[in-house]
Amino acid sequence: MSIDMSEKARLSNLQAALVVARRDFVAILFSRSFLFFLLGPLFPAVVFAMSGGLGAAANQNAPDVRIALQMPSEDMASLMDAHTRLENELGRGGVPHFYLFDPAEGHDPIDPEALIADKSGIYGAVLTGTLENPVLTGTSDKLRAWSGQVTMHLALARTGADVSYPALATSLVTSSGATVKDQRRDTAQISMTLLFLLMMLLAGMVLSNLVEEKANKIIEILAAALPMEAVFLGKLFAMLAVSLVGVGVWFSLIGLVILSGSDFGGVKQTLMGMPDPGVGWPLFSVLFVVNFSMGYLLIGSIFLAIGALASTVREVQTLSMPVTMLQLFIFFFASFTLIDGAPLLEMLAILFPLSSPFAMTARAAQSEELWPILLAIGYQAMWVAIFIKMGSTLFRKRVMKSGGGGHNPNKRRWFGLRRAAS
Amino acid sequence: MDMAVSDQKQAGNAAHNSNDGVDRPLAIEARGLVKRFDGTLAVDGVDISVPQGAIYGILGPNGAGKTTTLRMLLGIIDPDEGIRRVFGHDRPHDIARLIGYLPEERGLYPSMKAIEAIAFMGALRGLTLPEGRKRGLELLERHDLAHAADRQIRQLSKGMAQTVQLLGTLIHRPKLVVLDEPFSGLDAINQGKLERMIRTLADEGTTVIFSTHVIHHAERLCEGVAIIAGGKVPYAGSVEAARDRIPAQVRLETRAREGAWLAALPQDARREGDFFMFSLPETGVEPLLRQLIEGDAGILSLSIERAGLHDAFVHIAGEAAARQLEADSQLEGGQ
Repeated sequence: MSIDMSEKARLSNLQAALVVARRDFVAILFSRSFLFFLLGPLFPAVVFAMSGGLGAAANQNAPDVRIALQMPSEDMASLMDAHTRLENELGRGGVPHFYLFDPAEGHDPIDPEALIADKSGIYGAVLTGTLENPVLTGTSDKLRAWSGQVTMHLALARTGADVSYPALATSLVTSSGATVKDQRRDTAQISMTLLFLLMMLLAGMVLSNLVEEKANKIIEILAAALPMEAVFLGKLFAMLAVSLVGVGVWFSLIGLVILSGSDFGGVKQTLMGMPDPGVGWPLFSVLFVVNFSMGYLLIGSIFLAIGALASTVREVQTLSMPVTMLQLFIFFFASFTLIDGAPLLEMLAILFPLSSPFAMTARAAQSEELWPILLAIGYQAMWVAIFIKMGSTLFRKRVMKSGGGGHNPNKRRWFGLRRAAS
Repeated sequence: MDMAVSDQKQAGNAAHNSNDGVDRPLAIEARGLVKRFDGTLAVDGVDISVPQGAIYGILGPNGAGKTTTLRMLLGIIDPDEGIRRVFGHDRPHDIARLIGYLPEERGLYPSMKAIEAIAFMGALRGLTLPEGRKRGLELLERHDLAHAADRQIRQLSKGMAQTVQLLGTLIHRPKLVVLDEPFSGLDAINQGKLERMIRTLADEGTTVIFSTHVIHHAERLCEGVAIIAGGKVPYAGSVEAARDRIPAQVRLETRAREGAWLAALPQDARREGDFFMFSLPETGVEPLLRQLIEGDAGILSLSIERAGLHDAFVHIAGEAAARQLEADSQLEGGQ
């Protein structure tokens, strides 16, 4: 009797991972809970949009805060003449507005402090006295904001002369290096924050990914048939695919809402105002997805290994807080890439595998160079492989044991691990 | 490492001289397997040789190291010391398509349909899902479970779910089937069915290795056994050789109660009711018979009873291990 070994006797690691990934993906996608997964983030989004709309409406109806003005009539006329001239030069938003309490029109002398304390909140400050001896009364922030402008008004009103403002020829450029740099930094910051929010929302799911297999004793069937690395990789692929479906659905819905004309709580305005990233929008979008995927695989491989060591859902829940802290730390560490004049910190953020996808997203927004980003993706892929190998080795060593004899009572238990043999 | 009485030490050349005198290549070969968990010795120098096409039992009480040994053989965990080869391969995952494994702790995805569960288990071993579904349906029909094909695992009875998992283990037609405590949790009828299935597999040339703490299963089915106790294998070899390690017992009934012929009985002879019991003398029974006849003992009956595997187990593994094995069996029976 001999066994025919001519046929390929095992699946490749990638094939094996895809078998596991397909099962998990289908199981999650066609579960009832997936609907809640999709709808979950939309509730806060709707609340956010509504609060944005309400905020805008509230701002529209908010009273215009002014300076109450009471001086002798002729002083007030000079001051308002100066106000008109300054407003012509500086624009309506560039000068404070006055509410006149003209004695000639029958207004009683005003009490500045009482007026400012008025609950209507219309009067931010009060200007009294004369042009020669003016007094501005107000809270410290208002005094700080308006003192200079009021002084300009008073100076112009006192001279009474026509000040001629020279005609200024202007030459328009679309952007400057400084502007582009600043704006791209904004793009980088917004993209990194979005990446962080998505990771925070989605990567935690990986923690509990092996609990079902352990609870239902399926893990041993998987471990006997496939290398544990392939099982881990398959689990990660499945969760990444589920996350990408979720992100796709959410972004599509937000896109549809914006296309329908809504500002979606200022999101549309923010997006429209974002300058082109260094590598351009199409490539940046692709790189954003790639960086999200790599970041997900990197942090997911660690979460999967940590979660795999937990033996119950309760232990997984206990682990979720420190895991969230880890994500926050990574995000803040990656933010170093946005600091000017800190190349060492930027390099560290790029080299530290978990922050690398964030750092490279920021870089793609700020720089036109593509090769460092591609290099980093390869570097991150290497770390994914290392983390998966380490996680699966740890899992095999710590978890794939059986119960029964050989108990060593002197050993401490971590995450309810079983160490004896049967 | 206790090498004890393995009668297969010569099998390191990856061939096994079986009872029929024909050299058969080995399906499984393990030498000096050692596994420690956090410093605790779980398996201590296990040697096993399983020829292709054999039904082989790993016999021992709970906690003896059976599951750990099987897991090492399957590559689920790696031994700390020693070598293992499955069909000549050091890495069992490299020949995953040739192996089927039913773990002790049964497990299936509860929300999966039975047919999908079988197909998935086939896919893990390299079968395409459509082929797995096709074969799965055939197997379910053969086991009168076609009606359960589209039912979720959680909707099946425990016995049906176990059968589904077993079918999933066999769906890719493996050349080596490893079953960890396969009779555990089955009623007598299903145990009989499983025994027949194992025999059929062996008849088709499949090597079957299973662990058990029930001696009768091993005795009825196995060509070879490894007796494992306390992580060591004091015996690995054929069932026949194990039984031969204990001399056959002679049961003698005589008309006369006293007489000079009593001196002819072996020294270990003891009276049990109307019978004398003693080990079969090395010279055989014929000289003794002659003396009994000449002494006018009046032989009413004389039978020679070969030792069973249970006696062999007691002899090889010791009373304590045997008692534990017995207790495990009773516990299993009571469940």
